[in-house]
Amino acid sequence: MKRERVLMKGNEALAEAAVRAGCRYFFGYPITPQNEIPEYMSRRLPEVGGQFVQAESEVAAINMLYGAGGAGARAMTSSSSPGISLKQEGISYMAAAEVPGLIVNMTRGGPGLGGIQPAQSDYHQATRGGGHGDYRTIVFGPATVQEMVDLVGKAFDLADRYRTPVVIVGDGMLGQIMEPVVLPDPVDPDRLPPKPWATTGARGRRPNLINSLHLAAAECEELNRRLEAKYSEIRANEQMAEIVHPGADYFVVAYGTTARICREAVGQAREEGLSVGLLRPITLWPFPTKAFEEALETAKGFLTVEMSLGQMVDDVRLSVGGRAPVRFYGRTGGVVPSAEEVLGEIRRMVEEGDEGR
Amino acid sequence: MTSRTWERPSGTEIVYERPRSLTDVVTHYCPGCTHGIAHRLVAEVIDELDIRERAVGIASVGCSVLAYKYFDVDMLQAAHGRAPAVATGVKRVRPETVVFTYQGDGDLAAIGTAEIVHAAMRGENLTVIFINNAIFGMTGGQMAPTTLVGQETTTSPGGRRPQRAGYPIRICEMISVLDGAAYVARQALSSPQSIARAKKAIRKAFEAQLEERGLGLVELLSSCSVNWKMSPGDALRWIETHMVPVYPLGVFKDWTEAGAEAASSPVRPAAGGSDGAERRGEAAG
Repeated sequence: MKRERVLMKGNEALAEAAVRAGCRYFFGYPITPQNEIPEYMSRRLPEVGGQFVQAESEVAAINMLYGAGGAGARAMTSSSSPGISLKQEGISYMAAAEVPGLIVNMTRGGPGLGGIQPAQSDYHQATRGGGHGDYRTIVFGPATVQEMVDLVGKAFDLADRYRTPVVIVGDGMLGQIMEPVVLPDPVDPDRLPPKPWATTGARGRRPNLINSLHLAAAECEELNRRLEAKYSEIRANEQMAEIVHPGADYFVVAYGTTARICREAVGQAREEGLSVGLLRPITLWPFPTKAFEEALETAKGFLTVEMSLGQMVDDVRLSVGGRAPVRFYGRTGGVVPSAEEVLGEIRRMVEEGDEGR
Repeated sequence: MTSRTWERPSGTEIVYERPRSLTDVVTHYCPGCTHGIAHRLVAEVIDELDIRERAVGIASVGCSVLAYKYFDVDMLQAAHGRAPAVATGVKRVRPETVVFTYQGDGDLAAIGTAEIVHAAMRGENLTVIFINNAIFGMTGGQMAPTTLVGQETTTSPGGRRPQRAGYPIRICEMISVLDGAAYVARQALSSPQSIARAKKAIRKAFEAQLEERGLGLVELLSSCSVNWKMSPGDALRWIETHMVPVYPLGVFKDWTEAGAEAASSPVRPAAGGSDGAERRGEAAG
């Protein structure tokens, strides 16, 4: 198949990438700013023998995903912040019962009903599991439509490989922006690795069970230990980050839409002769600690920039471990920081050095 | 699970045995509980329809949370009230499977009202076994939406007072007005005769799915002698004396009876209250 560049809106490109990754089932509920995903899926999935279900709630949609993933399909749901809060019940069950599936959060301003402008204030919820219990989900924070498209297939592959829910965190801007993308070649869902654990009817085999109830405490602890072993493997093998200008004296740390703005600010700072690079986490969980080790070989300080009042900065501090000062700059509630604001913060970091710690 | 075999004496025949679709384990249910009867009826129907290897059961939350240990079929355990949503996910992916949920009244009639109403609204080809024992059993006997007026529970001390706690919810009456429901019936597990009728209803609710007619729901009036604080015998009698007057038995919707009418008009008119009342009258008569 000829791979041509097409101009697509982020939400629609993500949806098409999911179809091409073999996703045939979508369960969702309308909420801005992600409505183009269910709208696209409602026309596209029937064309490829799939099904779109508009659920009665976010809670129902995530539980449909639990059922569809449990039955062995590549399936997904998408929403935005308030809807993602409602999905946490099902995500916790999926993590515990080891059911794969993709959840997309086109984050908007919060808390509460918040607004509909871009935000990154669901970082804690996404990277700490989000629901009840001791679990994590793999979380991607793409910065461009192309990267988002490329990560969709990887998200489904990792969800299946590790039997765990995977989250893609975008934001209102990434969902709405139009950019040229090269779409991946389609995957035939019938040719994906078999899932002998799925509940498909016990024809000629012993019944399968998908379950998260463990009434005996020791049994429940055993489940948690097994999950933790899996998470350790994911931490070791699945970290993704980009370092722009390695070897710099200072690093701006940002992901998603904010990283695009910071990339520009870093470029301007370098034109002024400042030795600044960009450390861009692509996996938000596992957090790319190895990239920080690399940056710390030269880094004298870090500036974390987020569209929140400081969430990822906790992980930056944990990764840096006191070996360099970590500053923070954030806008929130749907306000997108400008490159000029970030540039001002970079200048301050370089001028003040250790004093900004 | 242990398997036991007997040498059957010559000249005898087996007239009663464990259905193939039940596992050979001791259940956790309390003495006098009717879950065992309901499980058996569902398993017998699965055997008779020869669908065990196509069946996928959805266990809910409550006393029947461990149903996955008792049905010898593929099972998923669902969050409280969400069984119809989970079942929807399975059935959409695997239309060749026969998917049933097994839910209590705390699950289906309280936290799961949205999921059951909308599964019926969409006309999902699913079978729903709904156990109504007028109480939250597993958590220790709290008031359910199905608790009778005046019924004493741990959260309605002195009896359920409508002024503060409302009135019993009638699920069959609610679901039967939805066009996507193919078969809706209520029976009681209180006597051999009513148990036979219950089995017939369960069979029909599975047949609705096999014929892709939409949602089949069977409500089974059941006892909870421990939380009702009655002997098992008194509890069965209480179903008939107290529950049946509030929850009338019968078939509320049956696609085989409404079939001709439905087939002639692709868009069915919204079923009004009178329609439901008529059906109920027919069923009771």
